[in-house]
Amino acid sequence: MEVAAKMLRVVTAMTKEKIYRWIFAILAFSSVFFLVGITITLFVEGLPLFREVKVFDFLFGTLWYPTYDPPDFGIFPLIMATLWVTVGALAIGVILGVGSAMYINELAGKRQRAILKPVIEILAAIPSIIFGFFGMVIVAPFLQNLFDIPVGLCAFTASLTLGIMAIPTICSISEDALSYVPNSFREASLALGANRWQTLTKVVIPAAGSGISTAIILGMSKAVGETMTVLMVAGGAAVVPHSFFDPVRPMTAAIAAEMGEAVVGSTHFHALFAIGLVLFFMTMFFNVIAEIVSRRFRLKLGLAG
Amino acid sequence: MNKKITQSIGYSLVCLTILTTLFFLGSIIYFIAAKGIGILSWEFLTEVPKKGMTAGGVAPAIVGTFYLTLGAILFAVPLGLACAIYLCEYSPKSFVVNMIRMSIYNLAGVPSVVFGLFGLVVFVKFFNFGVSILSGSLTLGIMVLPKIIASSEEALLAVPQSYREASLAVGATHWQTIKNIVLPTSMPGILTGIILGVGHVAGETAPILFTAATFYTRGYPDSVFSEVMALPYHIYALMTEGVHPIEQTQIAYGCSLILLLLVSSISALAIIVRQKQRSANE
Repeated sequence: MEVAAKMLRVVTAMTKEKIYRWIFAILAFSSVFFLVGITITLFVEGLPLFREVKVFDFLFGTLWYPTYDPPDFGIFPLIMATLWVTVGALAIGVILGVGSAMYINELAGKRQRAILKPVIEILAAIPSIIFGFFGMVIVAPFLQNLFDIPVGLCAFTASLTLGIMAIPTICSISEDALSYVPNSFREASLALGANRWQTLTKVVIPAAGSGISTAIILGMSKAVGETMTVLMVAGGAAVVPHSFFDPVRPMTAAIAAEMGEAVVGSTHFHALFAIGLVLFFMTMFFNVIAEIVSRRFRLKLGLAG
Repeated sequence: MNKKITQSIGYSLVCLTILTTLFFLGSIIYFIAAKGIGILSWEFLTEVPKKGMTAGGVAPAIVGTFYLTLGAILFAVPLGLACAIYLCEYSPKSFVVNMIRMSIYNLAGVPSVVFGLFGLVVFVKFFNFGVSILSGSLTLGIMVLPKIIASSEEALLAVPQSYREASLAVGATHWQTIKNIVLPTSMPGILTGIILGVGHVAGETAPILFTAATFYTRGYPDSVFSEVMALPYHIYALMTEGVHPIEQTQIAYGCSLILLLLVSSISALAIIVRQKQRSANE
């Protein structure tokens, strides 16, 4: 009798374990299901466009007039806008972000570092809409006066605002990379008679190089996908830019600005999803590269398990 | 001698970059605080908008942001945590699980506007929830899901394997080990991730553009199927719509300051939780 009761208890405990396992498996797979759903949705809603527009014409067509009759669905101006704005933003974000990381890691005292690191982290959390607003009310009028340009809302303003926005992200990842470089590297270099600057530029930065590259690629991915800032400050003209002071319409801004007016199921609607698809692959490409580079970095410094 | 000169030039440049960084980021906070502080008042925080968005307060937008964030977190946290527990504690280290992990991590980098597209098709149209709190919360929840999974998994992985082995050795079952040993130990790390997720969701605009947000509602939302005003969207709408740009800009300053204070205090909270955890570990 007692043995039977004991066995029953063991059996219920085992079924209980199994039930928990199943609950977690179901929840885990449902989140995967949602995330895979995004990819499927983009394909289902984006691909119908190519029944009407050739892939080549879509990617390299220079006219984006989705509401004209007949409409033009060439996103080349939008791609170029994204590229210009991203390159500009990176130039600012990388110089200031990596420079700041070097300061925090090499020059700042313990106390300064204890303040700067959390401050940078809090700044990284500022929502993009605030940068967009700031760009619109402060940066754009300032640049318009400074350079005497007809409109303040242009690729340059967007680059500057987005660059400032990318600094905290690039800075904190680069700082992590610098701090992973073992102190013995620095000590060995100093012992050979190099001074601190030589140690930094010839030993520490090359050792942290791929970690810093990861920071830059992730910053780039963030800049490509950023929406609200470019929607507010890039100016919105869907024309291939010829100078940094031209108003532009990056891909994300086109989706955000036009989805409201596009009729569900229309070619314009599908075209906006196809832009989403392009963005999806672009950012995924950057993330995969970043992952590969950072894995190599961890291997190099012996951090990977 | 030459070495020394290069070093001092190099160091000056490095100092210059950090000063420029602090100047840029400081000026954003300065301008928004200086111009926003005059707008903030009890009335601004508790009243509905009046006179065509030129007077009154932004209370419905604050309430809307609260509902959207709450909904997103209620959706994403149980799902994300369960997924992390499954990946970390239950799943064998198989190829399939690694593929799942890779795809989750890649989705963390997908632009937020793309999540908005997904929400529009799936929640607003397919499930017919319309432009509503429900659609917006689910969209925001899915957006933040990969980040919750990643941070929870990292926290779970940080629990030493010996803890699990000790618990199993004294006869605890797998689930008892997770519930009594692994989760309590990793809680501060999981919590940090969740708090950062809250801050991210509260400030995000692009996913709710076509799934939840509207410029003006007469009062407060009365069900999960209502359209809502939300702080970040309200800033955008004030700057791009409406007929009184000058007055609206002033209100946008006020909203920006509220959002800035909200999001920075949330991330400060996350940093404090993590710091406490670190000093407890040492």
